Amino acid sequence: MLTLENVHTQYGKIEALHGVSLTVEAGEIVTLIGANGAGKTTLLMTICGDPRASAGTITFDGRDITHEDTASIMRSGLAIVPEGRRIFPGLSVEENLHMGGFFRSKQEVLESMDYVCDLFPRLKERLSQRAGTMSGGEQQMLAIGRALMSRPRALFLDEPSLGLAPLIINQIFEIIGQLREEGITIFLVEQNANQALKLADRGYVLENGRIVLHDTGDNLLANEDVRKAYLGG
Amino acid sequence: MHEQMLYFLQQLLNGLTVGSAYALIAIGYTMVYGIIGMINFAHGEIYMIGAYIALITITGLATLNITFLPVVLVIALVLAMIVSSAFGWSMERVAYRPLRGGNRLNPLISAIGVSYFLKNYVLLAQGSRDIGFPLLIKGSWTFGDPNGFEANFSYMQLTIFIVTIVCMVALTLFISKSRLGRACRAVAQDLKMANLLGIDTHKIIAATFVIGSALAAVAGMLLGMYYGSIDPEFGFIAGLKAFTAAVLGGIGSIPGAMLGGIVLGVAESFTSAYLSTDYKDVVSFLLLILILLFRPSGLLGKPEVEKI
Repeated sequence: MLTLENVHTQYGKIEALHGVSLTVEAGEIVTLIGANGAGKTTLLMTICGDPRASAGTITFDGRDITHEDTASIMRSGLAIVPEGRRIFPGLSVEENLHMGGFFRSKQEVLESMDYVCDLFPRLKERLSQRAGTMSGGEQQMLAIGRALMSRPRALFLDEPSLGLAPLIINQIFEIIGQLREEGITIFLVEQNANQALKLADRGYVLENGRIVLHDTGDNLLANEDVRKAYLGG
Repeated sequence: MHEQMLYFLQQLLNGLTVGSAYALIAIGYTMVYGIIGMINFAHGEIYMIGAYIALITITGLATLNITFLPVVLVIALVLAMIVSSAFGWSMERVAYRPLRGGNRLNPLISAIGVSYFLKNYVLLAQGSRDIGFPLLIKGSWTFGDPNGFEANFSYMQLTIFIVTIVCMVALTLFISKSRLGRACRAVAQDLKMANLLGIDTHKIIAATFVIGSALAAVAGMLLGMYYGSIDPEFGFIAGLKAFTAAVLGGIGSIPGAMLGGIVLGVAESFTSAYLSTDYKDVVSFLLLILILLFRPSGLLGKPEVEKI
């Protein structure tokens, strides 16, 4: 469904990704783990076209999206829950959700709204609240809900557990599993490698802008090097 | 005592009239700043062009023997709004969009260039001298003693109030309720995220230029008629004042721009009346300096939080 071939990304003269190749098949949960500054977020954002890959090819659903602009990539069935959630703090919860379905028809937006409200009853209770006044966990749910409003076939999540209480993290991971059941392909970037790998079908390990390891989730969990580096022993 | 009261009311009315127009222009500055963080220094020129288009339309309609006042006014207003919007849209497309993503100073310099270009373009096309703008809305109410001071509330002033209020209510409804207005707010809060939701942010930015330009054109026509004459420099001081009004109210905030315009207009009017006309501009820019010193985020603006 999603293929990266030898993708390089540069910020000015500094190269952040040095030839990354990976694939995500339809219906899979694939996770990308790695230390701070390894380039995980850069990798996700490169797929979204911001920044643009300086070399290599990115294909989504058989279509070359390497040189497309962000808005049209994001209209092709992809959605992202970005690092730091980035909800629109001054807009109400409902308005935030509407923005997620901006390019969908009125009817589709109404349907998606019901779908998201079923998935997150908490959001339904707070539709008219200003998004910026909600707790971190609720904001994370809103960010996921907003991404789902466009009814994407593939969902990218960048550190959805960051800064949240363990109880909320469990809820978020439960939802991610549920989304996969519904057939949404998931590409998950996580520092919380333990939980991510337990959930994922496959995982990639990114180190200094290169993929250094690739295996099934279970194998990576059992891998001695991975345990030492990312799972705290 | 009664006379002083009337004099005060008169000055307040005059201040509110000019202030309403400042507010209309200030909205354009504040919307553009709110979305792309740039001061569009050519905005005053859009206002000036609006005044010219209105005048040309009125003259043209007169030669066609179309004199039914409401029709003339509406056609002139609509045409001024459309043409000014076209100018606003084009300048964003030609002079600002290609510079986006680079140094923040570049579009600012480009804006100064656009301002000079438009001013000289009008100068060449229309000449440098003042052109009389016919006061089509005549008449007024007078209050007070015919032998002493009489306060005047002209129909023209009433028109300015009504049109301004209609524009502001329409804009507020548009921003708070419509799909595009919601997108404008979202883009102002986080442009990159809006882009990541598949929203073509260039289009939203272009839309803010169009809206701001249309409102400036309304102000241009109203103030042109109120003052009775226009020239290619017409936009310079008004643009500067409206910019001051936008900062005064809190740049980026639409209610702030409205309030800032009114406050500035009234302050100017009272300065002219009770101090001296010479101090009018001094007081407006003194207000700007004071607000920047003591409340840099403006009357209604929120303190700037640097995004990391």
